[in-house]
Amino acid sequence: MTSDTKPYSGEQAQGAPLPAGGPNPPRSPEPEADVAPVGAAPIGESLAKDAWRRLSQNRAAMLSLGLLIAIIVVCIVGPWLLPWGLAEVDWNAFGTGPTLENAHYLGTDANGRDLLTRVLYGGRVSLSVALVASFVSLVIGVLYGAISGYLGGRVDNYMMRFVDIMYSLPFMFLVILLMVVFGRNIFLIYAAIGAVEWLDMARIVRGQTLALKRREFIEAAHALGVRDTKIVTRHLIPNAIGPVIIYVTLTVPKVILLESFLSFLGLGVQEPLTSWGVLISEGVDMMESAPWMLLVPSIFLALTLFCLNFLGDGLRDALDPRTR
Amino acid sequence: MTQSLLEIDKLSVTFQLPNGPVTAVKDVSFSIAEGETLALVGESGSGKSVTSTAAMRLLPELAETSGAIRFNGENLLEVTPKRMRRVRGNDISMIFQEPMTSLNPLHRIGRQIGEVLIRHKQLKGKANRQRVLELLNQVGIPEPERRIDSYPYELSGGQRQRVMIAMALAGEPKLLIADEPTTALDVTVQAQILELLKSLQAKYGMAILFITHDLSIVRHFADHVAVMRYGEVVESGRTLDVFDNPQHEYTRMLLDAIPRGRKEPAPADSPVLLSGQDVKVRFALKKRLFGKNEYFEAVRGIDLSIRRGQTLGIVGESGSGKSTLGRALLRLLKSEGEIRFEEADISGLDKSGMRPLRSRLQVVFQDPFGSLSPRMTVGDIISEGLKVHHPELNRRQREAEVIAALEEVALDPSMRNRYPHEFSGGQRQRIAIARALILKPELLLLDEPTSALDRSVQVRVIDLLRDLQKKHGLTYLFISHDLSVVRALSDDVLVMKEGRVIEQGSTEMIFSQPKEAYTQALLKAAFLESEAA
Repeated sequence: MTSDTKPYSGEQAQGAPLPAGGPNPPRSPEPEADVAPVGAAPIGESLAKDAWRRLSQNRAAMLSLGLLIAIIVVCIVGPWLLPWGLAEVDWNAFGTGPTLENAHYLGTDANGRDLLTRVLYGGRVSLSVALVASFVSLVIGVLYGAISGYLGGRVDNYMMRFVDIMYSLPFMFLVILLMVVFGRNIFLIYAAIGAVEWLDMARIVRGQTLALKRREFIEAAHALGVRDTKIVTRHLIPNAIGPVIIYVTLTVPKVILLESFLSFLGLGVQEPLTSWGVLISEGVDMMESAPWMLLVPSIFLALTLFCLNFLGDGLRDALDPRTR
Repeated sequence: MTQSLLEIDKLSVTFQLPNGPVTAVKDVSFSIAEGETLALVGESGSGKSVTSTAAMRLLPELAETSGAIRFNGENLLEVTPKRMRRVRGNDISMIFQEPMTSLNPLHRIGRQIGEVLIRHKQLKGKANRQRVLELLNQVGIPEPERRIDSYPYELSGGQRQRVMIAMALAGEPKLLIADEPTTALDVTVQAQILELLKSLQAKYGMAILFITHDLSIVRHFADHVAVMRYGEVVESGRTLDVFDNPQHEYTRMLLDAIPRGRKEPAPADSPVLLSGQDVKVRFALKKRLFGKNEYFEAVRGIDLSIRRGQTLGIVGESGSGKSTLGRALLRLLKSEGEIRFEEADISGLDKSGMRPLRSRLQVVFQDPFGSLSPRMTVGDIISEGLKVHHPELNRRQREAEVIAALEEVALDPSMRNRYPHEFSGGQRQRIAIARALILKPELLLLDEPTSALDRSVQVRVIDLLRDLQKKHGLTYLFISHDLSVVRALSDDVLVMKEGRVIEQGSTEMIFSQPKEAYTQALLKAAFLESEAA
């Protein structure tokens, strides 16, 4: 590598990945023993710490993280500070637009309920459903997929056939069944969505695992006598994390929309309680006469999803030591 | 010298990367006359492939080129893309290193060759097929009438490379660029392909730009040679002159980078450490719900034994079952037959039964890029075995062991917090060796530990392995297809083919008086005589 054309500055690592078709990073034959890439990781860092350091250098991801936290905090704290209740009807303001005069900062709906209050309450439901369902799908899906792929053979066959059976179960039927047995309950929505969403994740992780388990570093771990559980948790899952994170960021909006679909059918949250999905579908009906009813919840949802996507991209890059 | 066909004049290629420009090729000049062969030699990253790709104008867009590439007097760097497409395939064509991936797996080979003819010779229909058959015949594909309708997966590696050559020849080029055409092939196949190229060259009178890292090929194949390092040509000239009287120290170093010396034999009375009797491995190809499963027998009954301190070399071409045998002996694969380690039968032990033995039986794999988990630091990778076998150690003690292991393989211990991708191939292989050594093993299975490395790095890794063996009294099971490396390291050699032992004996015996025809062919193809000098 010609040192006069390639500046070694601060945080740059040697041998940055070159685009396809480019040359291998030229390496001198001599420095076998002494080459020390400039700007490497400081001493004693775990992958998590190292990832956090790299994430914090990603401005888009940090901005998204901040905004996401802000949205969550506002949804939790906001309703307490606003003068209106969730179902409180203001008889003087039916379907008024955003205004500062009567403390309906983002307007009211057709029933005279404060929109901002309802959006924040709805945010609690939507975000918690998204969080719980995604987390459930992440944990079950990753473990199930990794174990199935790693063990392979007959076990894999049975585990995946079970997934297929779950797939073939009509989602609505599952939800209605749960309703009949347990009665109407918000936690049922968590359970129902979580029970379905992990299936895709399991398949994705299984595919990754199948490719990974033939790599030599897994074989080396076998040769070291590392236990199966450690191979799965220490070698397989960290190396499959990239697609997993991408998929989680796709799961969150899917879950939010699924919840609104259930609510729309009367199987999800019930009036007066609401969610972003419900508010948006209500807003669509009033689009021409009261556009803010569509815009306000949509903006909240879109903002959340944008942040999640940027954060997901940032996380994926940060967790891969090769991208610096 | 006759008139030069291709003249590269002060060619420079710079890649504009996000973190600054990288000059891959700097002021490179050489020329090839009609009908002659020029070998471009250098280690990985020396810019030899970039140079040839530039001649085809196939570099990625972020590459900036300067200088001139004159083909028959025409500067290829300045012609229009349309003209360039005429030149490619018609005047200059190229064959690549990887015959497995350079053919489209979904098309029959006849169609892939025929496409070139349609494009450059306007040959269609019957005439096209006729010409394809001719070409297949010329490149020595058996039964061309049947093979013309084969898919790439039905052909062996050598046959695929022949198909690639047929494609390259279809346009009857004046210049053939061969980018490491034999690197992925077995030595005997390599010799055949080189032979084929030579005869085709004589027939068509085409020039060949031959890119390789393997100097032993160059001596037998090329008229002229240009040695590259860091994107510059350090020395060029007639092959014989350069080889017999190298001027540049780098050329001398390359020529010198041949594994030399022999291993001192282990004491004759040292006890047998590992032995296998009638070891068989088979893989299920097709599992049937009813009826018999179909099996592929990778290892078909092999007896062997290694004494303490000895190195047993296992030699064979790809698919001979040598790696499978190695893994079976270490019980990383299910096998039949008896395997004894220090008298004790270990063939019946299960995973947890094997665990205490794992620290004494260690492995170093071929691919230094694949054998280290990309998401663990080097320190974590090396210390993983300690966590399994010495859970009593605390963090600091483990750290001290890692430092000692890194020092032992001549790596800077302060690198232990880095990730594998920051290291070169040779360094990674040292890390893999450190991971095995930290457990103080008695037997080390070395599965092609040097195959993925440049020659000069290879030599150093071999020296390291030799020193470590002497220091710790290690026993090596050394698997390789590279005969010169095997000769430098082993006491005994076992030649394998199709899962069976063809020949077995001391290294001296096998290399000086091979009995079996197969062994003789292997030795002949490896151009080993150059070492005698």
